Amino acid sequence: MYMKKQKNKKSKIKNKIVTGRKAQLSKTSLKDYSILIGGAAGQGTRLAGLVIAKLFGALGYHVYIYEDYQSLIRGGHNFSQIRISQKKADSRKEKIDFLLALDENTLQLHKKNLVKGGPVIFNSDRIKTKGMGIAIEKITKEEGGSPIMANTALIAAFAKIVGIDFKTLKEVLEKELRKQTELNLKIAEKAYNSTENLVKISRVSKNNLLLMTGNEAVALGAKNAGLNLYFAYPMTPATSILNYLAKHQEEFNIRTVQPEDEISVINMALGASFAGARTAIGTSGGGFGLMVEGLSLAGQAETPLLSIECQRAGPSTGVPTYNLQGDLNFVISAGHGDFSRFVIAPGDAEECLYYTGLGLNLAWQYQTPVILLSDKDVSENTFNVDQKVFSKIRPVAPLLWDKKGEYQRYKITKEGISPLAFPGDKKAIVKANSYEHDQYGITTDDEKEISAMQEKRMRKFQQMEKEVEKLPAVKIYGKNNARTALVSWGITKCAAREAAENLGIKLIQPIIVEPFPRKQMAKALKGVKKLISVEMNSSGQMAKVLNSHGFKVDAKILKYSGRPFFVEEIERKLKKII
Amino acid sequence: MKNLDTYCPKTWCPGCPDFAILQALKGAASALIENGVGKENIVFTTGIGCHGKTFDYLNLNSFYCLHGRSIPTSQGIKIANPNLKVMAIVGDGDVYNEGLSHLLHAARRNIDISVLVFNNRNFALTVSQYSAVSPKGFVGSSTPKGSSEEPFNPLKVVFSAGGSFIARGYALKADQLKDLIVKAVEHKGFSFLEILQPCTTFFDNREFYQEKIYQLENHDSSSKERALEKINEWEYQDGENKIPLGVFYQVEKPVF
Repeated sequence: MYMKKQKNKKSKIKNKIVTGRKAQLSKTSLKDYSILIGGAAGQGTRLAGLVIAKLFGALGYHVYIYEDYQSLIRGGHNFSQIRISQKKADSRKEKIDFLLALDENTLQLHKKNLVKGGPVIFNSDRIKTKGMGIAIEKITKEEGGSPIMANTALIAAFAKIVGIDFKTLKEVLEKELRKQTELNLKIAEKAYNSTENLVKISRVSKNNLLLMTGNEAVALGAKNAGLNLYFAYPMTPATSILNYLAKHQEEFNIRTVQPEDEISVINMALGASFAGARTAIGTSGGGFGLMVEGLSLAGQAETPLLSIECQRAGPSTGVPTYNLQGDLNFVISAGHGDFSRFVIAPGDAEECLYYTGLGLNLAWQYQTPVILLSDKDVSENTFNVDQKVFSKIRPVAPLLWDKKGEYQRYKITKEGISPLAFPGDKKAIVKANSYEHDQYGITTDDEKEISAMQEKRMRKFQQMEKEVEKLPAVKIYGKNNARTALVSWGITKCAAREAAENLGIKLIQPIIVEPFPRKQMAKALKGVKKLISVEMNSSGQMAKVLNSHGFKVDAKILKYSGRPFFVEEIERKLKKII
Repeated sequence: MKNLDTYCPKTWCPGCPDFAILQALKGAASALIENGVGKENIVFTTGIGCHGKTFDYLNLNSFYCLHGRSIPTSQGIKIANPNLKVMAIVGDGDVYNEGLSHLLHAARRNIDISVLVFNNRNFALTVSQYSAVSPKGFVGSSTPKGSSEEPFNPLKVVFSAGGSFIARGYALKADQLKDLIVKAVEHKGFSFLEILQPCTTFFDNREFYQEKIYQLENHDSSSKERALEKINEWEYQDGENKIPLGVFYQVEKPVF
């Protein structure tokens, strides 16, 4: 009975192909696709999406994966939306060219976004609908696989449908599915042969670019800049940095520690930095809130610290697995008392890689907190990364004590930076102090000493301002001499970049936001008559930053639903303004 | 700065037992150095309170931490450089109020640091408020009619959390205290040394302590039962019970 049903299905598919869909699809340009794979939590859609992305990566496409999941372990609805394109495009499209449904829910939620005639490839053991049903569970069972391997069958069937040869599929699966590879390949082969080819997506280049999430890039960037220790308390969407580094502890020679709370995280990290270890911590907004007293301590004690803040939708617990860029103003001003910090907001994995490395170096060069401000989509989505970026990241040595005379931890210097020594140095007694202190680090409440130490730190902050102008703090995309410019940061710059390019306007992306790169921003704004901020928050936090530095923002396009902008959405909203 | 002294003038109240504890600390540091620990490898941290001034008076590597956070900072130092001998010097408000969770977790993970509590059983530097170990009825500036809260027994708390070295000393028995500090630092794993310290300005219980304290003798510190028995003897109230001093409990456990 069951077999008979399947046969009927197969013939239906054949009919569909014959009745013209093949012709329809092949007419369109095949260089920019949107694929959505969805299912319940626990069905493994994320890994399946990643393998599909890697298949196209092997064909030389640029790849971007948007991850959408809920705060639950089993059930619900998770999906990965994959963009594959010839041109770099790190945003998802509103429309879906291929819908891969592991469950009914996926079909119901997303079929409305499917392009006309776009195929639905589905688990025919669970769903009865029109389209290309694959008996993925049955195939898996017949080959003796476990239920999760049904994903392998779906991936293989999809590869066949889009014309990827079995050799390429096999190579990718062998690399990605390290457990029970043989069995997976058997399942893949059967599923591959069970379906028909629909379109031919051909190789576009010989490049097979690296793929990684923003958080993986953060971890690797820190590693390449000489990270020794990572302290973190689990909090979405920063947790995967901890997990990734913990998994690779031996290989990277980086120790990870999970203390009892975020207060302990930052205070342990400051102890570790004081003892000479290059240290980073990671959290989201709520955890960062708990750390703020420690941040101020890092400012006062001049203890190097890289703090990674992966924003999620707030306020408070907010929407843990969705995104808002709502912590910018908070991290710029967090902490009591006057002290400066670097705030760096990368907008994709490649920027995470480079700027995390830079951030760790800056923390040590300037003995100050550096906040790397990511967001849920930058952190957890998957991007292409240029291998060459790795060679740009090296540990930069801090200013070390020359071992002459008596050591003074807070020696007053022209540039405000005091040479470092660490406990264990036979010639030095190292005293770090949360109180205001003299040059040795001894507590003081003397007027002159207080002023001198405040001024020493202020000179250091001035050096930091100069440093920022030498760094790639502001990036420009689109039409350079356009009179209209967008300003976007974090994940939003990805969709805004495409919108700007499509509309022939300019996009300005501030990456280092504190100290604010005034000169670079003034240069970027030359000739711009209208400046529009595009941000994922409800108050326009980057617009506030720009306005506070004297750069007038004329209009704001804001989105605060937890989901990042679509390119088309920005374009529609822009057309109403300009 | 010479040897273990600094140039910083001492601002503790005249006659404060903190002077005695500082003396014991210096003695302990000298003993450790004699025993082969490099001076450069001794580090201490302090919290905020009268005890914290030790930072300014003791010429050793040190970090004057946030209130309540001396224990995490100490652990970070130890994790970064396991060759260092790290002492977290804390006050009772610092560790039993603000930063209690850190004490429990450090004991639980048996990290090789030593926590030395300067316990004067009140917040003295903020002009006398009750702490978690002030006796019930404590009259301070925030409890003019006496505190209604029961104290807890910190030794029992650390014992429950899995501390592998638990001891109590008395500030005014500086020689014995020095030995206890050395033992605590030399213990492999988490060590906890509670130092009872009269606050001569706000809670002068010198007579009370003199009358109650006694040295643990013939005590089997490897026995959980014996340790708990002795820990339970005095519950930080003003009752009739005697107050044992010495090493209550010491066992070897895997170190973090």
